[in-house]
Amino acid sequence: MRKAIQKRMEAKKYVWEGAIPLQIHLHESQVTTLPPPPPALILAPRIGYLPLLVPLIKPHFSSTLPPGVDTIWFEYRGLPLKWYIPTGVLFDLLCAEPERPWNITVHFRGYPGNVLIPCDGEDSVKWSFINSLKEAAYIINGNCKNVMNMSQSDQLELWHSVMNGRVPVRLYVWSISEDFDDWEDLSQVDSWEKISYINRPIEIHKEGKCFTLHDAMKSLLPEFFSDESLSDSKLARVDFEDAQKIPSEDVSSNKVVEDQGQNAYEHREACCISSSAEIKLIRIQGIEPKLEIPFSWLVNNLLNPDHFLHICVCVKVPQ
Amino acid sequence: MMDVFNWDGTVSAKDFRIGALSFAQKWESLNSAFPPWSWVPCPKHPWLASPEVDIDQNSQTDPGEEETSCSEKEDDIDDATLVQSNHHELHYCDFHIVYSYTFRVPVLYLRAYCSDGRPLLLDEIEKELPACSSKESPETKWAFITQEEHPYLKRPWYKLHPCGTSEFMKLLFLGGDTGQPKLEVVLELYLLSWFSAVGQVVGLRIPCKMLNDRR
Repeated sequence: MRKAIQKRMEAKKYVWEGAIPLQIHLHESQVTTLPPPPPALILAPRIGYLPLLVPLIKPHFSSTLPPGVDTIWFEYRGLPLKWYIPTGVLFDLLCAEPERPWNITVHFRGYPGNVLIPCDGEDSVKWSFINSLKEAAYIINGNCKNVMNMSQSDQLELWHSVMNGRVPVRLYVWSISEDFDDWEDLSQVDSWEKISYINRPIEIHKEGKCFTLHDAMKSLLPEFFSDESLSDSKLARVDFEDAQKIPSEDVSSNKVVEDQGQNAYEHREACCISSSAEIKLIRIQGIEPKLEIPFSWLVNNLLNPDHFLHICVCVKVPQ
Repeated sequence: MMDVFNWDGTVSAKDFRIGALSFAQKWESLNSAFPPWSWVPCPKHPWLASPEVDIDQNSQTDPGEEETSCSEKEDDIDDATLVQSNHHELHYCDFHIVYSYTFRVPVLYLRAYCSDGRPLLLDEIEKELPACSSKESPETKWAFITQEEHPYLKRPWYKLHPCGTSEFMKLLFLGGDTGQPKLEVVLELYLLSWFSAVGQVVGLRIPCKMLNDRR
């Protein structure tokens, strides 16, 4: 027992101490001195957020910045980085072949307000984090009790219970349509349109068999498991797609579909995409776990401080 | 079937879709003068999109001024819908109703902009829609706005925070003295009732005809 706890503490330690070496370049439009300043080299915590690094970065560049008000944002090869996504998740998602150090660019002007929601520094990050924490607490605990005012022992109790069997998950799915041999050959993510974001709790069904990462992925992305047996009871969870069978003329008088399992089966048959669609990569905290891994291990060891499991997936879809 | 006393105020994704289509259908059949809501069946996050709504100034005391398309609604609505603005500028608002898997309730997303396309800032929106003020603490007021990315469109939108929704939905159905409805009926009328409450926060009213229609 002690060994198990020790192992868990080790895993948590690795997660919390995980860091990404960053090489941060000032965007050329904001360089006012010759020679241009060298990039800032910073070890960024995986579980942290880019705006929190600003106190380390700004002094490095302040002597070369043009005068005016700073509106700080980051970008990787032209793609503005969403500041409320943990640094490690951004790295896992956008760097298919991990780049060390990770070369990103910082801007102090020209905030792309049509793409990024505003960030006023540390307070915005704090607010976003607390909202996520509350959302996770709601998923695990089932109500909106004020998490922040709970006593410490109550908080511990909260996080260690998975009462409803619901696990907070944020899934980031990068879709590609090309074949490739090496990750390096893949074209860059040049737009957030290529990444779909699914914020949906995973429901763990404790039905004797161990609930694995494979089962979890099947529940979120069933369309990529088309070759599997569809009579699996775990697929019986009815989703939006199932309701498409209901004719649109007189919805209000339709009875609820009695045999949900049957409906799910029929619909999966109808809408399964070809078997050339597949999941290419799953990354959590920089790790690529095997699909057979028990999902509970991931939940116990790889959560972010906001108590969400952030999962990055790369899928190949037919053109 | 679970009875309505044990109901927690939430709906499943499937019931949301059924309710949304029912709502859109009723809206279209009873308000034929106005553009319909449309169901956008995007995979993973389908949503119900509003017709174009003007949130400009039409004073409460002058229902006779029929200069914008929105003012036509006043014929069918029991009291004035539109909010006074000091700007003499047309402001538009898009509303999307999206399902939240976390809270298992509908969530209202909105985006407001001027006629030249410039997006409105939060404090400008709050001026138009005073019930949306985010200055009250979340614990005491269920209706407050946060800025968030639209789950599919990915642009910055505003969202009415859903954490109190299940509570007030329970109250709506169980708090009255019209007798206890069947859960089936509750689920069918869910979206309509939700919208009648939430819509008020953003200055939208449901025409009486829709509320009275129980078909």
